[in-house]
Amino acid sequence: MKLTPLEFEFDQFQKKMRELKEKSHYDYLVTIVGEDFPKSGLSDEGGLGCIYILENTESHKRCSVRMMARKQVCGDGMSSNGTGDTDGQMLAYIPSVSDIWRVADLLEREVYDFYGIVFLGHPDMRRLYLRTDFNGYPFRKDWKFDDSYKLEDDVEPDYGLEYYLDKDGCLQSKQNKLFDADDYVINVGPQHPATHGVLRLQTVLNGETVKRIYPHLGYIHRAIEKMWEGMTYPQTLALTDRLNYLGAMQHRHALVGVIEEGMGVELTDRIKYIRTIMDELQRLDSHLLYVSCVAQDLGGLTAFLYSMRDREHVLNCMEETTGGRLIQNYYRIGGLQDDIDPNFVQNVKALVKYLRPMIQEYLDVFGDNIITHNRLENCGPMSLEDCISYAVTGPAGRASGWKNDVRKNHPYDLYGKVEWEQCTLDSCDSMGRYMVHINEMYQSLNIIEQLIDNIPEGDFYVKQKPIIKVPEGQWYFSVEGVAGEFGVYLDSRGDKSPYRMKMRPMGLSLVGAFDAMLRGQKYADLIATCAAIDIVIPDIDR
Amino acid sequence: MEVRKPHIKSIPYEEWNDNASLEKIIDELHEGGVGVVTGSLDQLINWGRSNSLWSLTFATSCCGIEFMACGCSRYDFARFGFEVTRNSPRQADLIMCAGTITHKMAPALKRLYDQMAEPKYVVAVGGCAISGGPFKSSYHVVKGIEEIVPVDVFVPGCPPRPEAIMYGMMQLQRKVKIEKFFGGANHKQTKEERELGVSNEELTFRAKLGDHRREPIVVTDVPQEFVDELKKEKEDAAV
Repeated sequence: MKLTPLEFEFDQFQKKMRELKEKSHYDYLVTIVGEDFPKSGLSDEGGLGCIYILENTESHKRCSVRMMARKQVCGDGMSSNGTGDTDGQMLAYIPSVSDIWRVADLLEREVYDFYGIVFLGHPDMRRLYLRTDFNGYPFRKDWKFDDSYKLEDDVEPDYGLEYYLDKDGCLQSKQNKLFDADDYVINVGPQHPATHGVLRLQTVLNGETVKRIYPHLGYIHRAIEKMWEGMTYPQTLALTDRLNYLGAMQHRHALVGVIEEGMGVELTDRIKYIRTIMDELQRLDSHLLYVSCVAQDLGGLTAFLYSMRDREHVLNCMEETTGGRLIQNYYRIGGLQDDIDPNFVQNVKALVKYLRPMIQEYLDVFGDNIITHNRLENCGPMSLEDCISYAVTGPAGRASGWKNDVRKNHPYDLYGKVEWEQCTLDSCDSMGRYMVHINEMYQSLNIIEQLIDNIPEGDFYVKQKPIIKVPEGQWYFSVEGVAGEFGVYLDSRGDKSPYRMKMRPMGLSLVGAFDAMLRGQKYADLIATCAAIDIVIPDIDR
Repeated sequence: MEVRKPHIKSIPYEEWNDNASLEKIIDELHEGGVGVVTGSLDQLINWGRSNSLWSLTFATSCCGIEFMACGCSRYDFARFGFEVTRNSPRQADLIMCAGTITHKMAPALKRLYDQMAEPKYVVAVGGCAISGGPFKSSYHVVKGIEEIVPVDVFVPGCPPRPEAIMYGMMQLQRKVKIEKFFGGANHKQTKEERELGVSNEELTFRAKLGDHRREPIVVTDVPQEFVDELKKEKEDAAV
């Protein structure tokens, strides 16, 4: 989708955004992109700002809003409540939308972390990914590269700053306490076997009941988006496979998709067929691992081994063509790295035949077990309205009845032409999320079955120039990743490398929803919810 | 009595890579002589320890999934006695560092390593743990965990295949088999190592060759058109 952002007056911004949600029904905030805009033309001064991408959940229409930040020196030393961490500094600021869309809470903190834009009215302006003592804001174009690090522990503040304009229009800050004096706080992670990587959840407990969860991210923040700004387009591709390594194909698909859209590349049918099949094979791979990991996190090692056994068969099919087990490196701008293996069709057919009855076996071993049901039902509940407000996309959102599948809503490649169903349930809990994954595996098999016999002849690669340049403009392209919508925003200024590229990670909004899902639940339910929601941390941290 | 060459049933000694460095360790151990009683006890202990290496699950990214695959049906490293993974560093023999270490994670890795009981080992799995890998030019990635902890075995790959991970683990077994507990252990962190967080080998290497981790990546095999365009741009800028 080529973006043509709307612009609002600074004072009207919050009101207009609320109108967009309430009157025009743009109730799904896809992402907020922070950017250090360049000076272009006479009218556009450039500077720090944000682009908001919104979706109407009924008509699936999308729109974007651009908001430039204003600058002011913070604090006049009079009316601030004496904390003044940032008093005297020149700060860029934008009104917050975190009370309109709840997902904006973490998204705005991300923008603050990378660009130093503060959001007026956001109650908790702390860094999200980087250490508290990190020097500067790395995504600004004038930031001086520095990769030194310390081995001392980070000293984290126990308060969040809230910025506001006082009655004279001066920028002020005040502290909001994160914990009460007698709160019992437990850190889950960053080195914890059940958080699927290095996620850290700071959990406030009342006895065994969860009172509040503060996610701490960035333990695997690899700054891929910043590295992209210095790379040529073909070079950027290598890094996406290493995000959610279980959705390597889809991630790369979104990236080549946005570049191809920008360049206006027309793909052959053969490429589209192969890409669709590969995406679905990858989804099977990921969902199989998901099914096994849910079992393992709840203590069922046997079920873990069953689906990991079958995952190897899926990997075999992909490996013969791509040469990689986990990291595939298969798509490239304008097509594929190489044609499919001569045995690919035959192998995939055998796989589909083998896998279909096996899915029932996972249910027999684990999914239909009474213990599993007792453990997952009513665990981590979230209603449809909250799911949309927290932007819980993917199987987790579909378990609450939100029809959010990008493959249906914004069909790409062949998803508009094959017959398949969007799996939704209305149980709104972890058991529903598990069952949606199971049902989606059947749908993936259906899609593959319809396509595998009909792969048309043609080129597997549309020849591109050795130097790839994307014309000026802004695009957003998203695919249905393994655990939600995965999108890439590209701002090109006509160069060999992108001016700004940003991903919409699948897991960030899921992590942001933990707090709402788990308040009042038992502490042990945190692990069960975490397992059933399917998060992969490198995808969140990027 | 002497320290024996490490023997692994399935692969003949000559077919292993990196025999030279193991022989160097053996020679060093021979210098003080080996007692009959203590030497035999060492052999017994090493036989037991090398066949039950318990790793700390420390999977930060992609390589961790391949580590999981190692433990599952097809590769099944329970055959070698590696299947017990511990979630507490106090109970683990080695850190299997599978994945990128970022600046925010570095203090945690250091602390986990310090918490482990001697003798302890580190296996660096994958390009990121070895040198920063594809993320070498990032501002938030440690250029190889050897800057923080001493590493015993490197397993290259992005990510390494399960076969490679198992080969690396078997190399570690060989290293464990030539240890000496009685009359001078040869695998203990020295004071210098503890303070600097760098192995002695790495220190001498740096003194000789400079800090190889901070060098820029040189790309050859660039399309001629690309080079021409860059040249032209430079010329334009100069004008």
